[in-house]
Amino acid sequence: MPHIVTDNCSSCRFTDCVSVCPVNCFHGDAGRLYIDPDLCIDCGACIPKCPVGAIVEDIDILGSPLIDLNAEKAASLPVIMTKQSPLPGADKRREELMAEGLV
Amino acid sequence: MIKSIAIVGSGPAGFYAAEALLNADTDVRVDMYERLPVPFGLVRYGVAPDHQKLKRVTAVFEGIAAHPNFQFFGNVTVGQDVLITELETAYDAIIIASGAISDRKLGIAGENVSGSVSATEFVSWYNGHPEFRDHNFDLSHPCAVVIGNGNVALDVSRILAKSPEELASSDISKHALEALSTSKITDIVVVGRRGPLQASFSIRELRELSTLTGAEPVFDPSELDTTDISPEELKDAERMLGILKGFAHPDSSRQAPKRIHFRFLLSPQSIQGTEAVDSITFARCKLEGEAFNRRPVTTEGRETIPAGLVLRSVGYRGSEIPGVPFDDAAGIIPSKEGRVVDLEGQLKSKLYTAGWIRRGPSGIIGTNRACANETVEAVLADLGTSSIACDPALREQLLVKLKTIKPTNVDFSGWQRIDDLERKAGEACGKPREKITSVSEMLLAAGAT
Ligand SMILES: Cc1cc2nc3c(=O)[nH]c(=O)nc-3n(C[C@H](O)[C@H](O)[C@H](O)COP(=O)(O)OP(=O)(O)OC[C@H]3O[C@@H](n4cnc5c(N)ncnc54)[C@H](O)[C@@H]3O)c2cc1C
Ligand code: SF4
Ligand code: SF4
Repeated sequence: MPHIVTDNCSSCRFTDCVSVCPVNCFHGDAGRLYIDPDLCIDCGACIPKCPVGAIVEDIDILGSPLIDLNAEKAASLPVIMTKQSPLPGADKRREELMAEGLV
Repeated sequence: MIKSIAIVGSGPAGFYAAEALLNADTDVRVDMYERLPVPFGLVRYGVAPDHQKLKRVTAVFEGIAAHPNFQFFGNVTVGQDVLITELETAYDAIIIASGAISDRKLGIAGENVSGSVSATEFVSWYNGHPEFRDHNFDLSHPCAVVIGNGNVALDVSRILAKSPEELASSDISKHALEALSTSKITDIVVVGRRGPLQASFSIRELRELSTLTGAEPVFDPSELDTTDISPEELKDAERMLGILKGFAHPDSSRQAPKRIHFRFLLSPQSIQGTEAVDSITFARCKLEGEAFNRRPVTTEGRETIPAGLVLRSVGYRGSEIPGVPFDDAAGIIPSKEGRVVDLEGQLKSKLYTAGWIRRGPSGIIGTNRACANETVEAVLADLGTSSIACDPALREQLLVKLKTIKPTNVDFSGWQRIDDLERKAGEACGKPREKITSVSEMLLAAGAT
């Protein structure tokens, strides 16, 4: 029952999550990240690091297409091992989400 | 010229430091020294035996160890078999990642009576740590009290609460499984000094308690006084409170043979018993202070809980390594951005630190990755500014000396032989592994004798 990156992560990528993942199971493209469900060991380290609350446990979103999406995308995108510089939209995204009360 | 780095300790912090060094653009060689013949620190000896998924992190460590510029020296205690001054001569930098496994005391009367022990001892015992396997715990009294409100308290409570059948598929050590199979404990009381909102349980570990086959978590909602609590605090603890409240109505039809009781606002005052623990007395507490910074203050109220086992899980602290500055009050090595400083704040050149011995015993496995990365950044920055590298011959000399003073040191292939035997022994009894629990048997298995 792995952890899942939700759409809150879109066009954000602060990638603080990546720096604490003990098994390097984050994959991503320019837009956002996904978790490889076969590698994730459910340690929970990434959750408090995400400034926009984008990471959840799959049992909290059972049935959501996000679960398959993470598996599919992680399989085709490269591993992100180290913290990246935030995309230009990162701070704006955080503000938007805060305004919507989603964070 | 290639730079040589020594890492002291093979827990997560040590391995993530090695990873960051070996992935860097600089040409480096990493020698890892470990006190025990076997690697992985608290991943092997702390993380609960029934949390096998977490233990899969060792595959990452094995990948790091496979790097051609990495060498493992197990069964070598730094500060004893090899001195810090010797490492300083032979290496360009030394990263101390020796962890924090000593326990903190409650500082109350009766604490040293038999049956009052640290959770560290209990955890190390059920995980088969060679220095703890011969400990005995009295499991004959129906009640055990666990003091502390973190995940270690939940781990030990869950292990006490699980049935032998539930434990049989974990890698709990044989001696512990046998002893726990005859346990008479029916009630485990988890006690915190602060309130439920201040507990530092993880949601996942708390939720796991409702899935046990032979035990039920119990919470009395009258312990939750929310009158003075701010809405922000409530929101912050919302999920945890939701789970605790779910424990308020145990399913009476289930008649689970064991219960895990959650109790709050109780501060331990004294442990009674002459030969062995027979009860523990708490002062009732109330909270004072601002939101998110509330402290427990004892009141006149007292409560005594009869118990045969008192496990304290009130923090870990590091141990001093001769030749390395040590902040005794905090139980850590003082440092700035990973660079070791002495007690006056002066930099100690070549010495760095990472993990629990740097930060204190907080944070989970992955936290040490970010921590070790920061330390390695400091190492690489310092190496980059110094044009001199240690003569590699000095490292060679040390390794030759090590062969004579500690011929029984275990390399990584030695560990792999131990690992292989443990997995095979486990397979035979339906467990992921059966750990070898004595150093001499480990050395034999590694072929290091
Ligand atoms: C009971 C318990 C349960 C835990 N459960 C979880 C969990 O479920 N999930 C999670 O993510 N985290 C968990 N943790 C936390 C995790 O184990 C720690 O964050 C992590 O192990 C700390 O890493 P470290 O490398 O700093 O220290 P350690 O893992 O302690 O490693 C230090 C190593 O240094 C060696 N050493 C010490 N002194 C010397 C010396 N003088 N010379 C040579 N070697 C030496 C030690 O033998 C040890 O192998 C748990 C911790 C405990 C105590
Ligand atoms: S920290 Fe959160 S928002 Fe940022 S990249 Fe990671 S998951 Fe996405
Ligand atoms: S839960 Fe742990 S293993 Fe899984 S993605 Fe988050 S940090 Fe990585």
